[in-house]
Amino acid sequence: MKIRNREHAAKNELSMTSMIDIVFLLLIFFVMTFKIVELEGDFSVRMPLASDSTSVVDPTDLPLKLRLQATETGGLASVSLNDIRLGNDDEAFEQLRANVIGLVGADAPLDDEDGPEIEIDTDFNLRYEHVIRAITAVSGYKEGDQVVKLIERIKFAKPRRN
Amino acid sequence: MRVKSKKVDLAEGDLTPMIDMTFQLIAFFMVLINFAQTEANDNVVLPSSRLVKPPEVPLEFPIILHVAQDGQVFLGGDDYTAETLRIGLQRELSVIRAEGKSVDDANVIIRAHQDCAAGEVQEIIRVAQDEQLTNFALRVKEDRR
Repeated sequence: MKIRNREHAAKNELSMTSMIDIVFLLLIFFVMTFKIVELEGDFSVRMPLASDSTSVVDPTDLPLKLRLQATETGGLASVSLNDIRLGNDDEAFEQLRANVIGLVGADAPLDDEDGPEIEIDTDFNLRYEHVIRAITAVSGYKEGDQVVKLIERIKFAKPRRN
Repeated sequence: MRVKSKKVDLAEGDLTPMIDMTFQLIAFFMVLINFAQTEANDNVVLPSSRLVKPPEVPLEFPIILHVAQDGQVFLGGDDYTAETLRIGLQRELSVIRAEGKSVDDANVIIRAHQDCAAGEVQEIIRVAQDEQLTNFALRVKEDRR
């Protein structure tokens, strides 16, 4: 008996088109929402409310005064610590750090409540970036990967309106 | 005469490597995607500092204020000026109080543009102080140089 060859058996092929469509949609979604994460951190600023107490203030507890003056365009005109002028360039911030180390010592700072305090008094139009540079200079410095802390209590003076 | 019909072979490309690569790309982006970016604001370019490190534990009850270059303040999707910010802060504080916490538990995180006027940030702190807020954090980006 003659057995006929069957015609080519119909192949059971999965349709890939819809899967590829969805995969590409997913890919586009992730590409569009992708953003490189920049690591961020905080400088703590504690600004307690003015108390009504009339207790005598120990002069040694008075905060250091950091004065930042601005040019008309918001640039840095001068940096002064306790009325000592330190300049207006990168060197001024190095000088500021050196002066703070001289005043508070490079030892580990006392706990939050008893440590030295600094009050930042800045012109209104000074660019915020300079304030952060000043805060960086007084907060500490890096020794290798270690951060040596200097002043942790930072507060702002009342804003100066031009 | 009988004519044999020729079967034309369709030239099908092999899609396997492309699908492999596409799945790898998807896996890459899925791992790196960060939905916590909702904290960020396109109007703000943070200043940088070498001393800061990302906090190990996020601050509790944060009130995040984005300060644009022109001093405009963004809080929870609405924009304010230093003068009108009081309304937004009161709204946030009412939420915190509703959770049974006090004003002292709230932390104001200020994300200010590097070129905005420092006085604007001071004004914002003053307005927040008027609402009895005392804990502030100035957010900067980590400079790894």
